Amino acid sequence: MATVTLHNLTKRYEKSDVPAVEGLNIDIEHGEFVVFVGPSGCGKSTALRMIAGLEEITEGGVWIGDQLVNDIHPKDRDIAMVFQNYALYPHMTVYNNIAFALQIQKQSREEIRKRVTETAQILELEPYLNRRPGQLSGGQRQRVAMGRAIVRSPAAFLMDEPLSNLDAKLRVQMRTEIAGLTRRLEVTTVYVTHDQVEAMTMADRVALLRDGVLQQIDEPNLIYNRPANTFVASFIGSPSMNVFPAGIEAAQGDAITVHVGSSSLHVPMTGQNAKQGLRDYVGRTVLAGIRPEDVTHPDDAVDKGTTNRLRGRAMQVEALGSDELIFFETDAKQADYSRDEEVNTLEAIDGDKAVCVARFRPNRTVRAGEYVEAAVDTSRLHFFDLNTNAAIY
Amino acid sequence: MATETKKPDKAAFDQAAFDLTRRRRRRVRAVKRLGLHVLLLGILCIMLYPVIWMTVSSFRPEDEIFGNIGLIPENFTLENYVNGWTLFGDVTFGTFFINSFIITGLAIIGNLLSASLAAYAFARLEFPLKRLWFALMLGSIMLPIHAQLIPQYIFFLQIGWVNTILPLVVPKFLATDAFFVFLMVQFMRSLPPELEEAAMIDGASHWQRFWRIIIPLSLPALVTTAVFTFIFTYNDFFSQLLYLSETQKLTIPVGLRLFLDASGGDSSFGGLFAMVLLSIGPVLGFFLASQRLLVRGVATQGFK
Repeated sequence: MATVTLHNLTKRYEKSDVPAVEGLNIDIEHGEFVVFVGPSGCGKSTALRMIAGLEEITEGGVWIGDQLVNDIHPKDRDIAMVFQNYALYPHMTVYNNIAFALQIQKQSREEIRKRVTETAQILELEPYLNRRPGQLSGGQRQRVAMGRAIVRSPAAFLMDEPLSNLDAKLRVQMRTEIAGLTRRLEVTTVYVTHDQVEAMTMADRVALLRDGVLQQIDEPNLIYNRPANTFVASFIGSPSMNVFPAGIEAAQGDAITVHVGSSSLHVPMTGQNAKQGLRDYVGRTVLAGIRPEDVTHPDDAVDKGTTNRLRGRAMQVEALGSDELIFFETDAKQADYSRDEEVNTLEAIDGDKAVCVARFRPNRTVRAGEYVEAAVDTSRLHFFDLNTNAAIY
Repeated sequence: MATETKKPDKAAFDQAAFDLTRRRRRRVRAVKRLGLHVLLLGILCIMLYPVIWMTVSSFRPEDEIFGNIGLIPENFTLENYVNGWTLFGDVTFGTFFINSFIITGLAIIGNLLSASLAAYAFARLEFPLKRLWFALMLGSIMLPIHAQLIPQYIFFLQIGWVNTILPLVVPKFLATDAFFVFLMVQFMRSLPPELEEAAMIDGASHWQRFWRIIIPLSLPALVTTAVFTFIFTYNDFFSQLLYLSETQKLTIPVGLRLFLDASGGDSSFGGLFAMVLLSIGPVLGFFLASQRLLVRGVATQGFK
């Protein structure tokens, strides 16, 4: 039971010029569930391993509670870790796997028996205590790995992609179980995953990393609704947010006109969500982002008569049952916002037309090749600076 | 211009004709396999003949052995076993067995302990010049035994270990069999590092990790080491000949040599064959008992 504090945490490997983790500052509250998410190689696992003590810290510090643990051996950090491949001891029974840490601590036999039995009850592992890991299913092994962590009642749980070896259905089930369990036990948890759904559903706060640098740390709904930059915007959400270069025209009263290709979109400047910062960009080009669910069939739009529309030829239609994803080619240029050094070179990719993804209701039958007109909920538009890729609020 | 879509003609499918060709193909394959087995059995007989002849000869009277290449003894006798066992007066062949087992047993214990510890260091620990030491160790495998023999002998002579079992046993406790160290390094490297990291977080020290995680999981490699050490040491003629000279300290391989007189005079082939046969027993038994684990260790794979 403790806070976990990362201050300016940096990891540099000898053979690499680029730091694996750079200047990570995160304060994790007692009992909080924080998920590190990001593409592979973003440094999330390295950060976790530094908290665990499995990786040396190059610069900065890690505190567990009020104790600086940089030079403290993993076993003395009062943490428990769940590994991606569970790392169960294959030659030991489930009972001994769970009891191992207590045996090492030289706890009394009765104490060990009591705590292992309690843990097994919580995780419904009692019938399997005498089996070996090899005789268990994936889900059961996952539970044993959890059991090994909770039996010690540590100050913090560290979990490194613990669900990625499970099949889809089991993953959803274990997701709920793990999140429920850690909240019930009120243990501070740092959870690493590359799966944004896990991040969004389990976390109190999501920390999104890219190339070792923290992009944003916020509650899931803020990560989704107020992404700090184009990277966060495009990483979270499936399909990704549509992003176009957009020209900002002078404000007319309570609205600003945004040109995306040949379409003119009127963005209201009133209300809570209005991005007042946009007024500074009048006459300039920014990146405008809109999530697929905010691009709908005109008849389903909030304002049915809206003139805020994007048009184009449908290239591909994906029927998901619950909705239909329409991929249509707009006449806007494609913004290569993902490569930060080259954001400015829109000319270089001139000619490539941006594809917009819209989420239609399933009854709006659209076929590939047809001409599509889609309504845009302009109050839900996101704007990003063309040079820095940072969000404009 | 539309191209014609090709479709199967299901009506023309003849199940009976299909079955017939399949049966014929299977019959041809069976005949081929039979021929192959006959051939292999023939080769096996040729290879086993000397061993069987020796076995049979050990039950023949001494003077019948070399006049006979057949495999059925005319006069069955056990006197070769009695004579062979007691040929050297008060030192029976049993003494050689005991000596061999002591040396072999100590060599196995020594190799298991020292090779696994050395291998753990190479596989998991970080220390200065690790790669250089590893290369040197591998280099020692490639050093021919003839190059080491004389310096080694002089060394052991100077510290007064000649005509004791120490030169045969003590080096085994110092991880000198680089082959086994290498075998175990490879095996331990294949163990997932997370297991040890998990144990580390669980609070286990290096020593506890080694004994409670690494050693139990390295069982196949340990068995391989034990079996090979057994076979190598038990069969080792040369170094035992070199370092042991007193009759009551001799081991089986060196003892067997005593049956033959280099001058061609008083050789006891009957006794030799009988004792050779007896001495094959332990190797065969040890090998058969550990065969399953041995294969796993050599293949350096196993569990998930």
